[in-house]
Amino acid sequence: MELTGAEITVRCLADEGVEYLFGYPGGAVLHIYDELFKQDRVKHILVRHEQAAVHAADGYARACQKPGVVLVTSGPGATNAVTGIATAYMDSIPMVILTGQVPTHAIGQDAFQEVDSIGITRPCVKHNFLVKDVHDLAATIKKAFYIATTGRPGPVVVDIPKDITMARCEYVYPTSVSLRSYNPVVKGHSGQIRKALNLLLEAKRPMIYAGGGVVLGEAAAELTQLVRSLGFPCTNTLMGLGGFPASDPQYMGMLGMHGTYEANMAMQHCDVLLAVGARFDDRVIGNPKHFFQEDRRIIHIDVDPSSISKRVKVDVPIVGDVKDVLAEMSRQIAAGTQKPDAPALKSWWTQIELWRARDCLKYDRTSEIIKPQMVIEKLWEVTGGDAIVTSDVGQHQMWAAQFYRFDKPRRWLNSGGLGTMGVGLPYAMGALLAHPDTPVACVTGEASIQMCIQELSTCKQYRMPVKILNLNNRYMGMVRQWQEFFHGNRYAESYMDALPDFVKLAESYGHVGIRIEKPADIEPAIREAFARKNELVFMDFITDQTENVFPMVPGGKGLSEMILV
Amino acid sequence: MRHIISLLLENESGALSRVAGLFSARGYNIESLTVAPTEDETLSRMTIVTSGSDDVIEQITKQLNKLVDVVKVVDLSEGEHIERELMLVKVRASGKDREEMKRMADIFRGRIIDVTDKSYTIELTGTGQKLDAFLDALEEGAVLEAVRTGASGIGRGDRILRV
Ligand SMILES: Cc1cc2nc3c(=O)[nH]c(=O)nc-3n(C[C@H](O)[C@H](O)[C@H](O)COP(=O)(O)OP(=O)(O)OC[C@H]3O[C@@H](n4cnc5c(N)ncnc54)[C@H](O)[C@@H]3O)c2cc1C
Ligand SMILES: Cc1ncc(C[n+]2csc(CCOP(=O)(O)OP(=O)(O)O)c2C)c(N)n1
Ligand SMILES: [Mg+2]
Repeated sequence: MELTGAEITVRCLADEGVEYLFGYPGGAVLHIYDELFKQDRVKHILVRHEQAAVHAADGYARACQKPGVVLVTSGPGATNAVTGIATAYMDSIPMVILTGQVPTHAIGQDAFQEVDSIGITRPCVKHNFLVKDVHDLAATIKKAFYIATTGRPGPVVVDIPKDITMARCEYVYPTSVSLRSYNPVVKGHSGQIRKALNLLLEAKRPMIYAGGGVVLGEAAAELTQLVRSLGFPCTNTLMGLGGFPASDPQYMGMLGMHGTYEANMAMQHCDVLLAVGARFDDRVIGNPKHFFQEDRRIIHIDVDPSSISKRVKVDVPIVGDVKDVLAEMSRQIAAGTQKPDAPALKSWWTQIELWRARDCLKYDRTSEIIKPQMVIEKLWEVTGGDAIVTSDVGQHQMWAAQFYRFDKPRRWLNSGGLGTMGVGLPYAMGALLAHPDTPVACVTGEASIQMCIQELSTCKQYRMPVKILNLNNRYMGMVRQWQEFFHGNRYAESYMDALPDFVKLAESYGHVGIRIEKPADIEPAIREAFARKNELVFMDFITDQTENVFPMVPGGKGLSEMILV
Repeated sequence: MRHIISLLLENESGALSRVAGLFSARGYNIESLTVAPTEDETLSRMTIVTSGSDDVIEQITKQLNKLVDVVKVVDLSEGEHIERELMLVKVRASGKDREEMKRMADIFRGRIIDVTDKSYTIELTGTGQKLDAFLDALEEGAVLEAVRTGASGIGRGDRILRV
């Protein structure tokens, strides 16, 4: 039987096993919405802004590994989605975004709500497709899912002109895809793995640096096993938090611009570095020139060859899937007779303990004003370290990363690569849909939360009991911090004036709001919020306006040139 | 250093802009870029002349390989190869210059493919250097118009790029 393009689109999603479709309707996609209306296999989540549709789908993908799926209309629907797409792209999140397009015969005519969605999204997608014939539709959607979820994951846009949604053809959803031009490598080269192990087992001052690839590649168990069997120190990037358990004694904390003293010192002074699914970001190694002052051998495992030797020269590249490569490393270590150099390791750990004793994350626990760090510590205590925590971008993001100790992957959802303010609340929505029984906390700031505040309405409609912790410092704190350190205390436009009453704002959307002003009230408020299982609770913490994030590696400085408290 | 990179890509609308966009987005140089369908009409063959340090060239080939529409990439400069470029040049050819111009075309093995009483249009193929040499050899002001295709390249001997 012949189906319309709109029916085919919806059938493809259902046959692909898509649970939730995040979207917002409009002229170019009305036929698709009509078909969504007639079925109940794919549930549609109606957001209040297309940017949030993409963020929510992205959050869903980060929380459960399945691709996030979005439907928006042409023109403004597509352009509103772009920030979300770029955010997912920078952090390698698997997503399929369906954009409506004007009818094929109208393309190029400056038609109503026409934009070149393929052109606009090209630099921030893994791939994109314009469907020009209904006969290609099902196969294109299948390819989109395949490309988005394999190799280094990423967002894929499928642009569907309106006439294609009305045209008819037989529906067959392909069971497999093969593309001659796209064949990601999975298995690591065994010779390279052996070389890497030789280096590691001979190391005097080894260090393991694990990133988002461990989370994306579902390799936390393999990493943990390898790190423990070697007895080496391990650090995670902002994107890798939870990839190695924070409560493990071998864990060094996060590294980088706001990383711990011990992680950054060990990174700078190690003689053999194993980088696992991490991309030597400029917020991680600081000034590369300074990084190269020390002599060290680098082993790098990554599924994307272009991540290797991009910013630092690597001695032993291993292209492959982290899970596969790490498992193979553990197998070879178990099968071999050589063990790590125990005496060298012992003195290395002695050095590390000295760095640790610097207690770089200390802050004033006796303060009368709420210290933001304490809010995160209490959140960790109350939730037993087992909540999904999303965040926005700024100081609060860094404190959440430093003070909530993640023991499992996919519990920490934030925008690392693009640093997009506004993701926190939509990420929490996606996470709740992925894990309805897990407590979800959104740590945010009074500036960031206002970038997608309209989603409080979506949360009401779908009864999403997000617990929002607003670290309200009345400043774009991260901007203020840079202005304090590097711009002579000139706080240009970083003060948040005319703030709404967040309690009333939450209430007006039908939620619960609490304002917390004293340190002693932090814990009771968080307990109350989580006790209200089915309600969204907005906790507005009035925090110390002058608090800064430490340690800090200033831009252009080297990793060991940290500003400390 | 100058590199000449050859690629096979899916003959699809948009594939060219993905390659061009990659070069501009990442700030890589493009000296020239030529592209046309191959004998297999599902594929296009592209030749890009670029320059950069070894690290940059390594990134360029990796980034090109990463594009989903790109089927194969080779850096022809890594081995023996041949490159040719076509130039059509319209030159002033009147009075005593007319003979001289014809002689120059002959010396460079060019062909005169269009004639008016004041001008010749000359077709010339060769390496970029040869075309440069021809232009340099002409008198100031002799060139009315010149159009060059950019280099196309192919491996020597048994080096073959195909799927
Ligand atoms: C305000 C702010 C401050 C920041 N400060 C810091 C900081 O102090 N420290 C810090 O670390 N970051 C910080 N960041 C984040 C930083 O910008 C980068 O986003 C982050 O460091 C990148 O993490 P990553 O290297 O783990 O790479 P990701 O972006 O997570 O990339 C993952 C890598 O793994 C590879 N990969 C994916 N899947 C697989 C697989 N299956 N197998 C093998 N490889 C795979 C990918 O190809 C890629 O190379 C900050 C961001 C903001 C907004
Ligand atoms: C969309 C967007 N615009 C601007 C920025 C730059 N920026 C980074 S942090 C920040 C301030 C965030 O303020 P707030 O949400 O209150 O968090 P705080 O730093 O105070 O904890 C800004 C403006 C950004 N990351 N994203
Ligand atoms: Mg703030």
